[in-house]
Amino acid sequence: MTDVKSYLREWAMPHVLCPGCAHGIVLRSFLTAVDQLQLDQDKIAMVAGIGCSSRLAGYVDFCTLHGTHGRAPAFATGLKLARPDLNVVVVTGDGDALAIGGNHLIHAARRNIDITVLLLNNSIYGMTGGQAAPTTPEGAIASTTPAGNTEPNFDACKLLIGAGASFVARVLAANPMDMTKVMADGLNHPGFSFIEVISDCPEYFGRYNKVGGGAEMLTWMSVRDEGVSGPLSDKRFVNHIPSSAPPPGLATGVLHNELRPVFSGVRKVGRS
Amino acid sequence: MTETRLPEIPLAQAQLIQGNEACVKGALAAGCRFYGGYPITPSSEIAEHMVRLLPNIGGVFVQMEDEIASLASVVGASLGGMKSMTATSGPGFSLMQEHIGFAAMTEVPCVIVNVMRGGPSTGLPTSPSQGDVMQARWGTHGDHPIIVLAPSSVGEVFHVTVKAFNLAERFRTPVIVLYDEIIGHTRESVVLPATVDVIDREQPHDDPDDFWPMVAPPDGTPPLPAFGDGYRFHVTGLAHDERGFPTNDAQVAEALVARLHRKIEAHLDEIVEVDTYMLDDADIAIFAYGIVGRSAREAVERARDAGIKVGLIRPVTLWPFPAREVAAVASRVDTILVAEMNLGQLIGEVERAVAGNAEVLGYLKADGEPITPTTLLEEILHAEKVRQ
Ligand code: SF4
Repeated sequence: MTDVKSYLREWAMPHVLCPGCAHGIVLRSFLTAVDQLQLDQDKIAMVAGIGCSSRLAGYVDFCTLHGTHGRAPAFATGLKLARPDLNVVVVTGDGDALAIGGNHLIHAARRNIDITVLLLNNSIYGMTGGQAAPTTPEGAIASTTPAGNTEPNFDACKLLIGAGASFVARVLAANPMDMTKVMADGLNHPGFSFIEVISDCPEYFGRYNKVGGGAEMLTWMSVRDEGVSGPLSDKRFVNHIPSSAPPPGLATGVLHNELRPVFSGVRKVGRS
Repeated sequence: MTETRLPEIPLAQAQLIQGNEACVKGALAAGCRFYGGYPITPSSEIAEHMVRLLPNIGGVFVQMEDEIASLASVVGASLGGMKSMTATSGPGFSLMQEHIGFAAMTEVPCVIVNVMRGGPSTGLPTSPSQGDVMQARWGTHGDHPIIVLAPSSVGEVFHVTVKAFNLAERFRTPVIVLYDEIIGHTRESVVLPATVDVIDREQPHDDPDDFWPMVAPPDGTPPLPAFGDGYRFHVTGLAHDERGFPTNDAQVAEALVARLHRKIEAHLDEIVEVDTYMLDDADIAIFAYGIVGRSAREAVERARDAGIKVGLIRPVTLWPFPAREVAAVASRVDTILVAEMNLGQLIGEVERAVAGNAEVLGYLKADGEPITPTTLLEEILHAEKVRQ
């Protein structure tokens, strides 16, 4: 196995992530998957939107496009259509992909274009200072929901299955080995693969909701995953913290996997 | 510069085609191989022709979910090495502003065609307008340079579209082609050239391990390799250094924005195109562009028949604004009559360039009706009376 550092732009360090943020663990799992698959480093393009998770694209030594807020799947669609030889990977966050970029995400899934989307869900807008996201559980505190969130949250995987994604999985940042395996499967999948990674944001979500720092959040996450998984985007989360009796939560693992025609652009109609 | 000739596109023979078709033919002749778009009147014919032609010549067509995504797909494809474009109209052009700025900041070549219709908002979808001239210049946030070209006939749409791609590649910049519903939909008999000169973006010669993507040669435009061709680099809309990496350093950010402007402004001779007609002895000059430029030409001829010394200055390049050329005309004439199908967008630029050296009059309207030669003739007669 190669040292995953060979996939990093070490010259770009130190990175912008806060101490304790799980996004780095997620990136390591992804790079391990890339290494296991022995993908050609020159043929990987990482396309990102805006947010903490999207900043990961700056630190990997691939062709990297740090686009605009929510639009990464649309940039990736153009790139993949122009360059079918590339492994195109979108790295995005929950606000990026599910709020401002929701339209692009569901249409990329519907087309079944052969890209892989890693959605790092930390249940909040981290980079802008802890505002509520479409994934913030009901009742949770964010800077724009000081008395507790009163909106229901998205189940990203259900949304993507509904939109037509042909590979849908949910993994936890607390389980790096699982992440690597599922990411490798997603990269190998012909067609649109969507992997929701339950990550964390100790800096804002953790602090505002008094659920501890990075280590506590990961521990909590893995406890919830034992038998009765209940990651952070479970709306019952807040009501049960710090309860030791976790409620049944969101399903993890590969939730949907089918083979259907992959989109590669409009077909020929003959000369006009 | 290379000459290309595409057998798929009948050139060098008379053909009766729409402006929107001429745009497609120009784009393909210039090497466009990717189209990402979203339907909107009066530009949809561009997509409808593209989808029939592109797949036959190794190109890709995709209908995206909205105009924001359309231009994003175009930028993505361009980074993959394909010359790429989209086309839209007013409301869709508003949605594209985000990525016009992104393409300007990241220096990704692309062409955006805006077939203008009446606004504001949904406005007059099937009526002509020139209401997007300022949006084309300033619609996206931040200080950025932009190139905007405005053809005034079906034949000129072809040439201007070729030029748009060439300038986009030459200067790594978004280029906007701006025409209106009349030019888009009118059919005219045109003979297109058998070959066109084509410019492709400069490629780096560095060792991929030492490649810094934003190091510009003296002329200001860095080379741009395609993703996947062995150069691994970062592209970001954040202010970035010569390595392409984000920075908050004020000096680096300032140097970047200055270079973005300089690479355009130092090459106005390659970019600015102005057509003039009967200006040599003129007392009055009409300033008109796009479809109004054609009415103005006819009005000039009729006024000349009536003994009035009037000429025409018709910018094909709207941005960068041809201030030098306008100032030169202002030094020779008494009056400049600006006619545009909006309530006054370029007239302010004309006044600034004229700087008091001639009287500036305006004929401005935004009712969805074209400006006719007869109307302009009346305006010329009026201007002549005022002048004496
Ligand atoms: S703000 Fe939150 S998500 Fe962003 S880097 Fe810090 S801890 Fe991670």
